[in-house]
Amino acid sequence: MFEAFDAVFLARLQFAFTVSFHFIFPSFSIGLASFLAVLEALWLWTGRSVYLDLFKYWLKIFALAFGMGVVSGIVMSYQFGTNWSVFSDKAGPVIGPLMAYEVLTAFFLEAGFLGVMLFGMNRVGKGLHFTATLAVAVGTFFSAFWILAANSWMQTPAGYAINAGGQFVPADWWAIIFNPSFPYRLVHTVFGAYLTTALVVGAVGAWHLLRGKSAAGGGSEGTRVMFSMAMGMISIVAPLQIFAGDQHGLNTLEHQPVKVMAMEGHFKSYPEGAPLVLFGWPDEAAGKTLFAVEIPKASSLILKHSWDASMKGLDTVDRKEWPPVPVVFWAFRIMVGMGMLMLALAAFSLLARARKRLYDWPLLHRFALAMGPAGFVAVIAGWVTTEVGRQPYTVYGLLRTVDSASALDAPAVGASLVAFVVVYFFAFGAGTYYILKLMAHPPHRGEEGPRRDQPVRAAGLTPAPVVARSLATGKEA
Amino acid sequence: MPFDLPMFFAFIIAFAILAYVVLDGFDLGVGILFPLLPVGQERDSAINSVAPVWDGNETWLVMGGGGLLAAFPMAYGMILSALYAPIIAMLLALVFRGVAFEFRWRDPRHRPLWDVAFSGGSIVAALAQGITLGALLQGIAVQNRTYAGGWFDWLTPFSLLVGVSLVCGYALLGSTWLVMKSEGSLQERCYRLAFRLAIATIVAMAAVSAATPFLRDAYWLRWFAWPQVLFSAQVPVLVAIVTFVLFWSLRRGHHYTPFLMALAIFGLGLAGLGISLYPYVVPPSVSIWDAAAPHDSLAFMLPGVLVMVPIILAYTGYSYWVFRGKTGHEGYH
Repeated sequence: MFEAFDAVFLARLQFAFTVSFHFIFPSFSIGLASFLAVLEALWLWTGRSVYLDLFKYWLKIFALAFGMGVVSGIVMSYQFGTNWSVFSDKAGPVIGPLMAYEVLTAFFLEAGFLGVMLFGMNRVGKGLHFTATLAVAVGTFFSAFWILAANSWMQTPAGYAINAGGQFVPADWWAIIFNPSFPYRLVHTVFGAYLTTALVVGAVGAWHLLRGKSAAGGGSEGTRVMFSMAMGMISIVAPLQIFAGDQHGLNTLEHQPVKVMAMEGHFKSYPEGAPLVLFGWPDEAAGKTLFAVEIPKASSLILKHSWDASMKGLDTVDRKEWPPVPVVFWAFRIMVGMGMLMLALAAFSLLARARKRLYDWPLLHRFALAMGPAGFVAVIAGWVTTEVGRQPYTVYGLLRTVDSASALDAPAVGASLVAFVVVYFFAFGAGTYYILKLMAHPPHRGEEGPRRDQPVRAAGLTPAPVVARSLATGKEA
Repeated sequence: MPFDLPMFFAFIIAFAILAYVVLDGFDLGVGILFPLLPVGQERDSAINSVAPVWDGNETWLVMGGGGLLAAFPMAYGMILSALYAPIIAMLLALVFRGVAFEFRWRDPRHRPLWDVAFSGGSIVAALAQGITLGALLQGIAVQNRTYAGGWFDWLTPFSLLVGVSLVCGYALLGSTWLVMKSEGSLQERCYRLAFRLAIATIVAMAAVSAATPFLRDAYWLRWFAWPQVLFSAQVPVLVAIVTFVLFWSLRRGHHYTPFLMALAIFGLGLAGLGISLYPYVVPPSVSIWDAAAPHDSLAFMLPGVLVMVPIILAYTGYSYWVFRGKTGHEGYH
């Protein structure tokens, strides 16, 4: 049934599917880990119990999300080999060690601190527990650091040589890790993770504010505090993210101009200032963007900071070097659109705050609720923009995607793709349902943490609860 | 002689595989035995005994895969593309089984469904790992640094034999683990199961061992050429001794010895595997040194490995020590 498809295309689809699914969980848990650290810090600083309640409320959700991230991550460490064996062989000497460091970092985090964070409250002392929470937050950041270094190297390769076997070999690790696009990508991705989490927290807060309105009026203290914190975070990070994205775009223009041409839908060159295409339908075969709604010269202004700056288009590039233009074009617009909506939400919340109506303006709450999934949408769309925009290369400009694949057979790749889709939707669909069930209860006073006597899988290797219990009762577990 | 980095990393990866097989082996084994345990307290006790440790155990699988990519990228690509179907089946089975741990507790209404996911996932994962091993042993056709065989080269009577053997072996590990961790009716049941599984495992292991030298002349020579035979013959002798102790300790009702002997059988099995394969990482043609990443890649990873692996081992050992003793059906208390 899959003979009609191109095997490499199916392999790309499979990788896109598994990596996108995997990316959903970390983009939430990176932000959530930091949010938890902030909550605990506020609790230690102010002594207000509402922060502790919120900490425990979100900790249960964090445990579930982190667990699913681990399970989907196991798949990723084998996906490179099954479908992309030539890539693994050639790029392995450079990106392999970066990923090995990611595994070691994650291992350390899992083994050392996650268990203390989940189960160690009341048992290891406040200072040590806060240290564990901070370590988890820093650990998720380190994971992102290494994996984005590897990804960025594939986008803007540097510091390498090529040996007789055709492999990329490391020449300068510093240049490899801090390759030209890495700092921009790291900042843009981490901000994206923060926004994603803030939007989810905000939506949960908004949901309970809307529901609590009829009952007690304005929701519980925990609901208000988390809604306010989430809106505050979005108000700060959304503008910063737009700035960071702009800087990332300029970096892309410098190193991967063809990607920017596809993002902008510029099929032809504009020697006297390029228009900003707001909407349209890029027709690759005809080589033009149909039904384009444009702002004249605005693209040159944004990307070159001059109305009349000349910009080259895809007509200056061999068609063999084009990425799939409509996908990149639309994914980029979805991401930017989400960013603009986040900015609108930020402005709305600031207005409500100024008028002291943050907790009783149902329109704001409905807007925040609707924006709950916006972070995930933006993160995935941004990921698609940058990854599809890198096509037709895996290592940009050096190793083509078609030359990276294993000797693939369409039916085998197609069948495994279907299996991945079915299993992921079933397994992670259930996980998402359980997370939503946790979110359906508002945070309340005296919130319980994850229960230590139940087999919570993300407990990992830590013996902390048992140690603490045996210390408390004066006998061995 | 300069420090042989490829050899060092080959040991590290072999160690990660050993750690994975024995550690995840017993928790997969508990999953394989799951359908044989009555619903209720016995199942809850069994799953609780592995709940705190299984995901740490599985991290060794990520370490093995990630390590192979980093240290032997060419072998990583060859092996995984040659063993496409069993690898994907294993990954999907592990996803199912992993989420079932938590979901069966969170969602009692659908517990029977998650129990099927848990045991089905465990069986498929074990079978797929055995098939992978068998297919690797029988050799992988390569050309121009990539896999050059067909889609179903992995599927042979030999690889299926190894697959079934591994299912038996993991079930043996699981049953002896439960003997060690449980009391009462569950423990009695596991003594009986362990006895039968020990017979099955030894028979299967003997069959695999007898078939292996016939796969390739090179294996025959490795095992039987003079004077290596003096060294290689130690393995079956040790297996015989360990097997004797295993049966004896099961008869005598020891708690810890059966599990330790089952671990020893796995260790010896892997030593035998090492004797067959060395110095190849992808038999019959790609050696450790052919497949190794360049010196600079290996050297870059060395400090990370030297610092982290001892910490991980110390921590793992410590947590198993803390969790020693019996598990109740309500979890560790």
